[in-house]
Amino acid sequence: MPRDFLKDVKDKYDVIVIGSGLAGLTSANILGRAGYDVLLLEQHYKLGGMATWFKRPKGHIFDISLHGFPYGMLKSCRRYWNQEIADRIVPLRGILFDNPQFTLKTTYDRASFTDLLQSKFGVAEATIKEFFDTARGMNFYDDQNLTTKELFERFFPGRNDITRLLMEPITYANGSTLEDPAITYGIVFSNFMSKGVYTFQGGTDLMIGLMKDELEANGVDIRINCSAEKINTEHGKVKSVTVNDRDIQCRSVVSNANLLTTIFKMVGEEQFDKDYLEDAKAVRVNNSSTQVYMALGPEDHIDRDTGDLLFTSTAERFETNRLLSRDITSRTFSVYYPDTRPHDQRERHLIVSSTNARWEDWGNLDNEAYEASKQDLIETTLDALEKYLPNARERVVYTEAATPRTFYHYTRHHEGASFGTKFEGLPVSQALPSQITGLYHAGSVGIIMSGWLGAINYGVIVSNEVDQLLMQ
Amino acid sequence: MTSAEIRAAIIDILETIAPDEDLTNLDDAKEFRDQMELDSMDFLDIVMELRKRYRVQVPEEDYENLVSMASTVSYLEPKMVDIPAE
Repeated sequence: MPRDFLKDVKDKYDVIVIGSGLAGLTSANILGRAGYDVLLLEQHYKLGGMATWFKRPKGHIFDISLHGFPYGMLKSCRRYWNQEIADRIVPLRGILFDNPQFTLKTTYDRASFTDLLQSKFGVAEATIKEFFDTARGMNFYDDQNLTTKELFERFFPGRNDITRLLMEPITYANGSTLEDPAITYGIVFSNFMSKGVYTFQGGTDLMIGLMKDELEANGVDIRINCSAEKINTEHGKVKSVTVNDRDIQCRSVVSNANLLTTIFKMVGEEQFDKDYLEDAKAVRVNNSSTQVYMALGPEDHIDRDTGDLLFTSTAERFETNRLLSRDITSRTFSVYYPDTRPHDQRERHLIVSSTNARWEDWGNLDNEAYEASKQDLIETTLDALEKYLPNARERVVYTEAATPRTFYHYTRHHEGASFGTKFEGLPVSQALPSQITGLYHAGSVGIIMSGWLGAINYGVIVSNEVDQLLMQ
Repeated sequence: MTSAEIRAAIIDILETIAPDEDLTNLDDAKEFRDQMELDSMDFLDIVMELRKRYRVQVPEEDYENLVSMASTVSYLEPKMVDIPAE
């Protein structure tokens, strides 16, 4: 008989959280801490969702999304998790840009950008200040018709190079494009670009491990290998969740599954108003990604001056749709030095190359073409790395590639989406409880709720609503 | 709770939310945002703490009442009048 991952599970909970991405984990933690009976279900055998890592023979540990979150993580981890987790958030100081328009290094904060824009791009200080203040002052309720492209055009007309400097990292971090509403840029920017870029010292495995300890201390019942199939309702209210052929009763559900999966697969169309369904159907999922994981041999090392995050491109001009093309010209290299895991005696140096990608370019290939395309991705990435790591091909002793299919496999996200949904997903996510009492969605939606910090904070916002409902 | 007690309760919450801020010279008439670094998550935390500590509900449409100390206290007064001080 197969192992029962729901052994001794209770018949009823106050809250069932579906999915253990950072939004799901944070919701479960806050509601557990508030004294509610919480069940956390994860379909994979590991917690963390896209905040994940994997180990390979000979001591290589690869992180998927560890490098490069904003300063706000420190506050959110301290408040919604604990001091131990917050204490491990440290800055990454070497952010490099290299493309046909410019090559520069920055600490990625407002002071550094102000200095660079004046000295290298010849922009007047007053214009820079006005731009930063405008972006910072942007609000969710502002005009949504202005696009990010128009925002840049207003302050830096005709300056594709400046657009590249200010936009490329954001596109890497959350998949947004120049055609998205400017407010998404402004809100992300104000969180992201004023105080630098940060990482978690100890690796994703340690962070998720510490979060698991905290969840258990707060009484959350955690179940891995448990795939929620159905959210059952009665008289417009959440009633139970079907998981591994069992029905578990609950007063509320926080779904950290993909928004569209939650609506169309777990609940089912027949439970929603016509207008709501129309809005939901119009929600576009964000793009997916490819990654190439590369490890150096045990004796080898990478010079610290190489930098931590390298935004590289061979494209003459910056265009966000080109960033998605299978004909890759732009790559972001995350360089992991041994201090990523100071406790690990093996002192490994690793590089992860990330590129935004479309499901269409990978989803429908037959197996042979798929494997060939993956191998081509690895080879071309090694070629591109040569410039930053001399003799890369000889020095890299282990390679592996992930594609939109890989992301789909592990997260079950529609089309392998690695950044949730486009902007229109946010109101649909927020309106879910008005359709079905007790049903909430928390996860990457609408760009501004994307990335590690966005996901954690959205988890908090939703927990507040759940708490309000359950207290009545 | 009296308005002075409510004010003290808010100060206590603000101290946990923004431990680095000096609140001794807080001007009650001025907006919090102009005097300290508070973002929208901080305001949400005030709401959550009020509910946790005093079981006071602040619905989303009322968040605008929390802009300054004076407006917060006068908004909370009728809601907290029956709550005994600690």
